[in-house]
Amino acid sequence: MQHTSTQDTFVGLFVAAGIVGLFFLALQVSNLSSFTEQDSYTVTARFENSGGLKVKSPVSAAGVKIGKVSAISFDPKTYESVVQLSIDSQYNTLPDDTTASVFTAGLLGEQYVNLDAGGSDEFLKNGGQIEITQSAIILEKALGQFLFKSAEEKK
Amino acid sequence: MIEFLQQLGKNTRTGFTKLGRGTFFLLQTISGILSVLPRPRLLFNQMYSVGVLSFLIITISGLFVGMVLGLQGYYTLSDFGAEESLGVMVAASLVRELGPVVSALLFAGRAGSALTAEIGLMKATEQLSGMEMMAVDPIKRIISPRFLAGFLSMPLLAALFSAVGIIGGQLVGSGLLGVDEGAYWSQMQAKLDFQDDIINGVIKSVVFGFAASWIALFEGYDAIPTSEGVSRATTRTVVNSAFSILGLDFILTTLMFGDK
Repeated sequence: MQHTSTQDTFVGLFVAAGIVGLFFLALQVSNLSSFTEQDSYTVTARFENSGGLKVKSPVSAAGVKIGKVSAISFDPKTYESVVQLSIDSQYNTLPDDTTASVFTAGLLGEQYVNLDAGGSDEFLKNGGQIEITQSAIILEKALGQFLFKSAEEKK
Repeated sequence: MIEFLQQLGKNTRTGFTKLGRGTFFLLQTISGILSVLPRPRLLFNQMYSVGVLSFLIITISGLFVGMVLGLQGYYTLSDFGAEESLGVMVAASLVRELGPVVSALLFAGRAGSALTAEIGLMKATEQLSGMEMMAVDPIKRIISPRFLAGFLSMPLLAALFSAVGIIGGQLVGSGLLGVDEGAYWSQMQAKLDFQDDIINGVIKSVVFGFAASWIALFEGYDAIPTSEGVSRATTRTVVNSAFSILGLDFILTTLMFGDK
């Protein structure tokens, strides 16, 4: 019987190791830990061009991640990109004249929404809208403008 | 010409007959699983020989695959100044593809061939017929516990493979090549999704475990009861398992990650 009981121990260890591996993947490797969706509130921001922004792109303020992009849609009337930002409700003191801009992390990095707090006394509420937005910088456009400008100067 | 056509028809027919036998065998095995549950000892013994004994080869291979990915990924990514994304690359390729596929191939080679040889030999030495004579159903007593054990062990082995591989990639990446450790983990966490990546990887490994155990057990059960027949069946197990694992992987990948 001694033999089978050590076998049982090994089977137990094996199953435990496998489950630890799964937990490791879930918690350490994927975003499950930040998925424990604390209460969040949603605000919309309209951009002339949201560039390469995607659902789940980070929303940060002063370099700290405070939420994520929850939906992006195109408004066929105003021809704007409507981006819904879901922000952790512990950060519920953003002024309602906050500026939202689409930035790129590094030269080739992913794009994210950066919020710059304004000076208003009123705070953004659930369903509110960010009025002041700055579009993504499209590299081709910027290059085009730069070339155009330098050609003008030469004349 | 006529002979060629005759041969072709015969081969096709035997192929389909075998597939039919295999399907029938699978149904019997699955219906036999219920009678395993009251006797967990049978399952534990098989979990030991299928899972625990594959543990070492899976973890060591996982470690080396992760280390190689870290090294190769670093050389390519550093050309673009993007070595911070090493974690994403290593983790995504392991969790989505290499973890389930390579561990299933190793599983077919390590555990599948052993299962086929064991059952083929049982058949050759007439142990299976002996059981039938004693009114013990060999499918319920021998096949179903092994099937269940393979089916349960495979996702655990694949998860271990991926986890160890990611740690191996980190050892090489930040230990040897100087990628920032925080960036390695945080980019990985930001880019990999629990639902899309981890769960899909687990589903893949469950499917592979199902296919590999089915093929191994059926080839053993269907083997010609001679030593040559058993040796051929063992070879067929490894070859057919590899084919079906890779084919299934392509189908599953298009289904899971196709719309991105």
